[in-house]
Amino acid sequence: MSATAGAGYWVRRGVDPDAPLEPAGRPHGRQRQKWTQPFVYFVALLFIGVCVAPVLYVVAGGFRTNAQITTSPAALPHPWVTGNYAGVLRSTTFWGEFANSVIVALASTVGIVVLGLMVSFVLARYDFRLKGAMYSLFAAGLMFPLVIAITPLYIVVKDLGLVDNLLGVIVPQIAFGLPMTVIILVPFLRAIPNEIEEAAAIDGASRLGFFFRMVLPLSVPGVVTVSILAFIGSWNNYVLPLYVLNSQADFTLPLGVQAFSSQYSTDTAKVLAFTSLAMLPALVFFSIFERRIVGGLTGAVKG
Amino acid sequence: MSNPLGRVRRSGRGRVRLEIALLSGPATIVFLAFVVFPVVLAAYYGFYRWHGYGAPTDWVGLNNYRLILTDPAFRQVLRHSFMIMVLSLVIQGPLAIALALLLNQKVRGRSVIRVLIFVPYVISEVVVGTGWSLMLQSNGALNDLLRHSGLGFLQADWLSDPKLAIWTLLAIISWKYIGFAVILMLAGLQSIPDELFEAAQIDGASYWQIQRRITLPLLGPTIRIWAFLSIIGSLQLFDLVYIIWGPYVSGTAGTSTMAIYMVAQGRNAANYGYGSAIAVVMFLITLIVALIYQRFVLRRDLRGAVTEGRT
Repeated sequence: MSATAGAGYWVRRGVDPDAPLEPAGRPHGRQRQKWTQPFVYFVALLFIGVCVAPVLYVVAGGFRTNAQITTSPAALPHPWVTGNYAGVLRSTTFWGEFANSVIVALASTVGIVVLGLMVSFVLARYDFRLKGAMYSLFAAGLMFPLVIAITPLYIVVKDLGLVDNLLGVIVPQIAFGLPMTVIILVPFLRAIPNEIEEAAAIDGASRLGFFFRMVLPLSVPGVVTVSILAFIGSWNNYVLPLYVLNSQADFTLPLGVQAFSSQYSTDTAKVLAFTSLAMLPALVFFSIFERRIVGGLTGAVKG
Repeated sequence: MSNPLGRVRRSGRGRVRLEIALLSGPATIVFLAFVVFPVVLAAYYGFYRWHGYGAPTDWVGLNNYRLILTDPAFRQVLRHSFMIMVLSLVIQGPLAIALALLLNQKVRGRSVIRVLIFVPYVISEVVVGTGWSLMLQSNGALNDLLRHSGLGFLQADWLSDPKLAIWTLLAIISWKYIGFAVILMLAGLQSIPDELFEAAQIDGASYWQIQRRITLPLLGPTIRIWAFLSIIGSLQLFDLVYIIWGPYVSGTAGTSTMAIYMVAQGRNAANYGYGSAIAVVMFLITLIVALIYQRFVLRRDLRGAVTEGRT
């Protein structure tokens, strides 16, 4: 068990994220199970209900008519109507914004992963004078989220002529995504045993060859975690697109949701449908890779 | 890092330097250009009255900073931001620890529970804000629900009543972010070795003694890192308030934050000099809070696990 405290623990967690999360029954838990069990389930159900009910309300609201919502705001759809969702799915505005969100999220994720992996490899496995300073610089970036820097950042983007250009969102997102990536990946890459690198060197691989043949495959779990965080972060980003993208054709979905809800402020049902469809991709993406995120967060805490 | 001998001879120092430059160059340049440089730029523009076009010429010295620090509106948003920071810790911390302790037992469907409590965290602030503002309208779903369940006397103007609005905001914040806290705490609990619990039990410790003497101290590092993330998040809170209340209503409802003030006074008023100065003030406040926190709280994590247990 003591081996789990080190960085090697992280690799194992990353490879098999579920294994350590299901304990073999804590002794103190087993003994108390008789009377605590129903209570635990009750609290768990209550907690889940509080977390999920508002989301379900928004989704269900999209299946109602405005008349239904006005007469009885809290009720379930009766009858269920699909017109709101169909209307949103037929609109070119939605799909245009959807496409913009996908482009921005994919490009940001690729950028964050590629640049982050390269710099993390250097910080984890090379020796040079400025290494400590460089790591601290990236780590300090965690303290300064995008919102705080948004005013001067916008000026930089504007001076580069990237206003109303998706690149004006993508490149700053890559920059602000790097600190978290470095924090997660450096301990991960450091945990790859030196013996593997030495064996690769004896077999004639250069350090770059070692990077491509050994490090890349071994770091897949960490990369997946970082990618999901980057993708969801980009998908949900609001303040940067708010500053940089002014014309409706360039809007990403968060801007679209806001524009739609003020444009159709009287058509509540349609707003609910639009909102549900906008959150769907992030939810699907998350539920597919849920284990990786939970495993990765554990790594981040320990690193 | 050990450098395998054979390789040093073959590649030499110049080649290693080239590799370091090639691999770390792109990330470092992007980071310096879009994270570090804007902060430096803000410090420069903060000394000017400037509307964002051409080079700034109207040097006003420290006047922008004097205006910020004497503006009652700024003192108000500062109070809100710090109130949100403290109350988020006070509300979410104990609740998250309690829920994590409870959910850490062997229950069926743990992985489903973990996914579902994480759902609010994954959904964007814009969606959360839009959904909640519809539900919390005075003729919205919450009041309707209260009316129909015989609790009509509890109906309220959740969003516009200045006495209530900040508590509504705190409730929404807690709803959105507590899943993240619980998942972190659960991950922290998993890393405590089982042997400690077994040993304590053999020594005759009760359930509560075990939680107080073993679980909580060993969960300390996780709690402190969560608290740090929560503090930084609170100080930069923007999206939720901007979506639900907007830059102007948030002022009268008493929910405006520092970032809202910056956007309203800077971008929306096209005062980029003043906006930059606000950014610098926010930057310094966050830096000071972060440094104080690291100096007095996180530093303990650097000491050994033995001193840890005695706190």
